[in-house]
Amino acid sequence: MKWISLIPVVGVGVLLLFAAQDFPEWGDPQSPASQSPVASHFINNTGVDTEVPNMVTAVLADYRGFDTMFETVVVFIAGIAVLAILKGSGGRRRGTRRAYEVEAEPDIIVTHTVRLMVPVIQIFAFYVLAHGHVSPGGGFQGGVVMGASFILVALAWDLDHALVRMSLPRCMAIAAAGIIIYAGIGFLSMFLGGEFLDYAELEKVLPVSREMARYHAMLGVEIGVGFTVTSIMFALYANLSTEGRLKGGL
Amino acid sequence: MDNAIAWILLFPLIGSIACALLGMVNRKLCYPISVLSMVAATWASVETLFQAVASPTAEVSYIFGGWVLDLFPRGVGIEFRADLLGALIALVVVGVGLIVSMYAKLPVEKETPRKEALYYPLFLLQITGLAGIALTGDAFNLYVLIEVAALTGYGLIAIGSNRAAAATFNYLILGTIGASLYLLGVGYVYIKTGTLNMVGIQEVIATNGLHDSPTMQVAFVLIGLGILIKMAFFPFHAWLPNAYSSAPTTTSCLLAPLVTKVMIYVMIRMVLTVFGVEFSFESTLWSEFMPWLVVIAIVCAAVMALAQREIKKMLAYLIVAEVGYMVGGVWIYNYYGFIGSIFHIISDACMTLCLFLATGIILRACKTTHFDGLRGLFSKMPLTMIGFFVGGFSIIGLPPTCGFFSKWYLITGGMVAERWEYMVVLMFSTMIMVVLFFRLIERIHLAVSESGEDLGKGHGDLGLTKEQTTFEEAPLSMLIPLLLAASIVMIIGIYNQEVVDQIELFLAPFNLPKGTGH
Amino acid sequence: MFEDGAIINELLIERLNYIIYVVLLLIGLHAMISKQNLIKKLIGMSIFQTAIILFYVSIAVKDNATIPIYKTEHDPHGDAAKAAVLDLNRSGEETKAFYAPVMLKPEETQQYSNPLPHVLMLTAIVVGVATLGLALALCLRIQQGYGTVEEDELLVKIERSDARYSQSPLAKAKNRRRTQSRNTRKPRTSVKSTKSIGKSAKPLESRDSTKTKKTTSKSNLSQPKKKPASTSRKPRSSSSKVEGSKPTTPKAPAKKASEKTRAPKKKGAE
Repeated sequence: MKWISLIPVVGVGVLLLFAAQDFPEWGDPQSPASQSPVASHFINNTGVDTEVPNMVTAVLADYRGFDTMFETVVVFIAGIAVLAILKGSGGRRRGTRRAYEVEAEPDIIVTHTVRLMVPVIQIFAFYVLAHGHVSPGGGFQGGVVMGASFILVALAWDLDHALVRMSLPRCMAIAAAGIIIYAGIGFLSMFLGGEFLDYAELEKVLPVSREMARYHAMLGVEIGVGFTVTSIMFALYANLSTEGRLKGGL
Repeated sequence: MDNAIAWILLFPLIGSIACALLGMVNRKLCYPISVLSMVAATWASVETLFQAVASPTAEVSYIFGGWVLDLFPRGVGIEFRADLLGALIALVVVGVGLIVSMYAKLPVEKETPRKEALYYPLFLLQITGLAGIALTGDAFNLYVLIEVAALTGYGLIAIGSNRAAAATFNYLILGTIGASLYLLGVGYVYIKTGTLNMVGIQEVIATNGLHDSPTMQVAFVLIGLGILIKMAFFPFHAWLPNAYSSAPTTTSCLLAPLVTKVMIYVMIRMVLTVFGVEFSFESTLWSEFMPWLVVIAIVCAAVMALAQREIKKMLAYLIVAEVGYMVGGVWIYNYYGFIGSIFHIISDACMTLCLFLATGIILRACKTTHFDGLRGLFSKMPLTMIGFFVGGFSIIGLPPTCGFFSKWYLITGGMVAERWEYMVVLMFSTMIMVVLFFRLIERIHLAVSESGEDLGKGHGDLGLTKEQTTFEEAPLSMLIPLLLAASIVMIIGIYNQEVVDQIELFLAPFNLPKGTGH
Repeated sequence: MFEDGAIINELLIERLNYIIYVVLLLIGLHAMISKQNLIKKLIGMSIFQTAIILFYVSIAVKDNATIPIYKTEHDPHGDAAKAAVLDLNRSGEETKAFYAPVMLKPEETQQYSNPLPHVLMLTAIVVGVATLGLALALCLRIQQGYGTVEEDELLVKIERSDARYSQSPLAKAKNRRRTQSRNTRKPRTSVKSTKSIGKSAKPLESRDSTKTKKTTSKSNLSQPKKKPASTSRKPRSSSSKVEGSKPTTPKAPAKKASEKTRAPKKKGAE
């Protein structure tokens, strides 16, 4: 069976290598992608249009902000779908405990170290989120670090410890709030007269110029993204490690 | 309202977030919220269609973020372009979504109890994804929306039984291969053209003369392969029968009419708008051998449908055969073939919807969809069976249902393009479908079981209890959507000339051959 | 052999990165198709998506270019952007900002790599993570339901359950009767088969008066197929068995109603 499956794989490989002869060289500054007017517009005009130094964040949150909204929706879908698939199905516990599950006490060194580290990690997560305008970072990255801090709490103690701080209904509510923030900024711009996600229209309610309105709206949008990613990361961990039961786990 | 095209997606999005939040509080709120948001989205979609018809360039263009600049009339950001084809398909998607959301109340309560707050958000987000695929004008945004539709689809199917979870895993692996191949193809296009806007790509191909570039040819193959896997074209169809027959009722009513058809729309969009007619038909070899692959696909799918003893699996194989029709309609490179293909997308969505809605009602009433369990249904649920057989006759292609007209155009296209293999296989599969549906009528009326036993005492006695033959029609919330769908099938058939006029308006600038192409 | 323009040079050296990505992609694709363990398939899926991400990021590279974040001299909020007239910015508005960033010149554009593929891949990575999470949840559900995550064992179990599920209802009813008759087979004391059938069928008349004649005649018809002892026991025992076992299921009332329709139907099939 494994040798038969090599045939389509090798076929695809030959096809891809056939195409590789036409590619531009590695790092060619004259390649069509690098010379394209759209990319040049992004590099030249990001500072002028949005006053954000990080071009990637500007393209992500402003020029192609609609894609990012659907990316956030994809994360939300993953959380809901995992809940939908695993909810109520792991109820029956055959016997007491399976062979690979052991009872473990939280270790004192680990708990004390984690107790010191988690606040620092969370502040770092806020920094990554907010500083995404100026350095590499942004909503997704900051959200993941924040979610990881909750997972660290769940690993060092047990899952109930983390669930007390971030229960699953609260996770879902925060995730929905993140999308509401993102779409809400879009709706606000639409009601103020522009298209959906046209942040410049927000200057009519905020006391800043059009460009700074984009700057601030981008930050708002990234905060929304961060909310959703944080809560869904933790919800995914909680559901996957306990097969939906939310008892026991890693 | 200029923002109508954005509202088509935004209403279901708001609805799904509202369902997710309010559903945690009270489960009963989800159903009214979903129906309301679908009504609003249907209104926005009708509005967009009227705007597209009324506009001088026959399209509505909406740039998100307002990034219209003088140098870039097509915008620097993401564009939503609702030309006539896109607006029609979006209306079909949202309309089917509205009917299924009206239908969804009882099946969702019964088959996935206590999970409504998770089901309805996935449902509404699926419709958002599919409507977005129909409207977008940016190649990478299309990938993101395909993934939205796919992920919600996996969730909607696997929320049912364990069998559904196993089928979904297979679907996930194949679907991810398909979507990733599409992404790789878009990457190849980007590395050669430098833009992601669909119309922009065609302009760059034309100005830079990339017709013979091996990269673009391979990109076309990769995108085509990815889309073919996602639309369940034989032999990549392996995921479809298991996934759709083990899914919960409402899920199969939503996914079966829409997902594969929207992927065919994507193929038409890639062929006509992104790569252009010259590139797709003259620079590549696809139009030579695709009709033969289509012949094999339709024959195998129809024969496998004949072998089934259960309605849902039979309908799933019928979907694979219908996909074969539409792919063939595109690749015979003919004006009438394209009209037939596009009209078949619309009519197939409606008739598949009809069939699956009726199957759901039958499953609920008889607890089985096996052919043996259907005896006596004509006296028990006559209206449901009328709905079912309107869909069935449309698949066969009897006038005045819409299936007749779409088959008419497809056969005309095959004849005019002198692709006799396609025409013959269309007629052959029509015969098989006649056998399928009339066999079903026979089973319901006659007293012979599938394994050949005689039932009853002869003379039409089916050996049924009084309860099984008294009139007990389906509940209204399931019956009215079915009758609506059946009437839409008839209405589209009767008023087909209006729809075909719009399709012809859309196809006019492409200058497809009306006589022999090859 | 390694000079410019030769195939080896073009393929291997100048475009080596693309070859590596293709190899990674094929490894991932092969794992997805041919491995039997579901988790290994998912690892293959991850590798496959990573190869595509690496390909896109390599499109963005430019020689001698830095990351797409403005350097200090182009920073829109840096010193160089303070306009000569402090109060005007691009919109031509009065002072709400003190900076007037300037568009870059074309030669300065060369200093930055292309930001667009990075943005696209941020999205693709997130989508890949979401798909992986969903797939792992599916594996958990399969493990709970079927007890295995190996594809070959899974196929065997699924085929068995499919064959059971998609049986015709008549065959199901027949199998149920057969197992029940096996369960309730009492010692063959009263083998007065044919005559007692009519009497044993009489308690059914109270339940369904219209069908009794049919039931007796049918049990006579199908008698050669079944053993006499079991036929005489079956009408009473199977119906009582049916009634007795149903209340244990939670959907008892609904089941009872369908059972009533099913029991005479069974007689009809007999």
